[in-house]
Amino acid sequence: MSLPVLMFFVCGVLAVTGAILLIWAKEPIHSALALILVMVSLAVLYLLLGAPFIAAIQIIVYAGAIMVLFVFVIMLLNAGAEEHTDFSRLAKYIGLPLGVILIFWAAHWLWRSPVATAEGTGGLIAGPDSTRNLSVQLFRQYLFPFEATSILILIAILGALVLARKEE
Amino acid sequence: MSGVPISYYLVLSAVLFGLGVIAFVFKRNIITVFMSIELMLNAVNLAFVAFARAHNQLDGLVFVFFVIVVAAAEAAVGLAIVIMIAQNRQSLSVERMNHLKL
Repeated sequence: MSLPVLMFFVCGVLAVTGAILLIWAKEPIHSALALILVMVSLAVLYLLLGAPFIAAIQIIVYAGAIMVLFVFVIMLLNAGAEEHTDFSRLAKYIGLPLGVILIFWAAHWLWRSPVATAEGTGGLIAGPDSTRNLSVQLFRQYLFPFEATSILILIAILGALVLARKEE
Repeated sequence: MSGVPISYYLVLSAVLFGLGVIAFVFKRNIITVFMSIELMLNAVNLAFVAFARAHNQLDGLVFVFFVIVVAAAEAAVGLAIVIMIAQNRQSLSVERMNHLKL
């Protein structure tokens, strides 16, 4: 077994373990830490796929900014263990089998589909100029969506400020 | 070069997405429900990068970039809504959120 395959299995097992821990944990802060584990192992997988820029913004934006926001809100609201009712028991008996069926169906479909058998050669993606190629694509072909996202972020900042402000 | 078949990444992405759906159905805390949405977005990102690699096209990576930007905006607005609801109802359980108005 070569080193990339070994790395893939280690990070894949870590990611799935983190996702299961997210479901298992009773306290929201434990779920948040499990989600950070998933995101960091996904960043290593992006490096394996030859996308260092995506791996960097996965760590900086996702594991850094977004998860800090989550942890901050959990601390601010003093969120404790969740409560269970009859309705949550319904979710357990119907939601769990349906979720497992979804996992196996999707995994089986992706495993058998012809699109998945394409072997990655990746000269454009995985070469040393990967980030340069990505930025050229982003600032030429996708320039208008890129500018539109800046307006989206501005609106999101205003919305968050208006929503979280104290009523006077 | 990488040595790992693309289908391995796709199956991992499917498993992570399914676990995100299960977490979305299971969890009763609104913050954890939000986190399971982020888990599903991460699984989709992994599939995007794997397909970009398989077809040697950069568009998949650009889409991942946009997904991360939209996820950041969504987390900011969503958590502001969570804070407001939690202050109004003194609870974080999703079962208390069945009315939009108090």
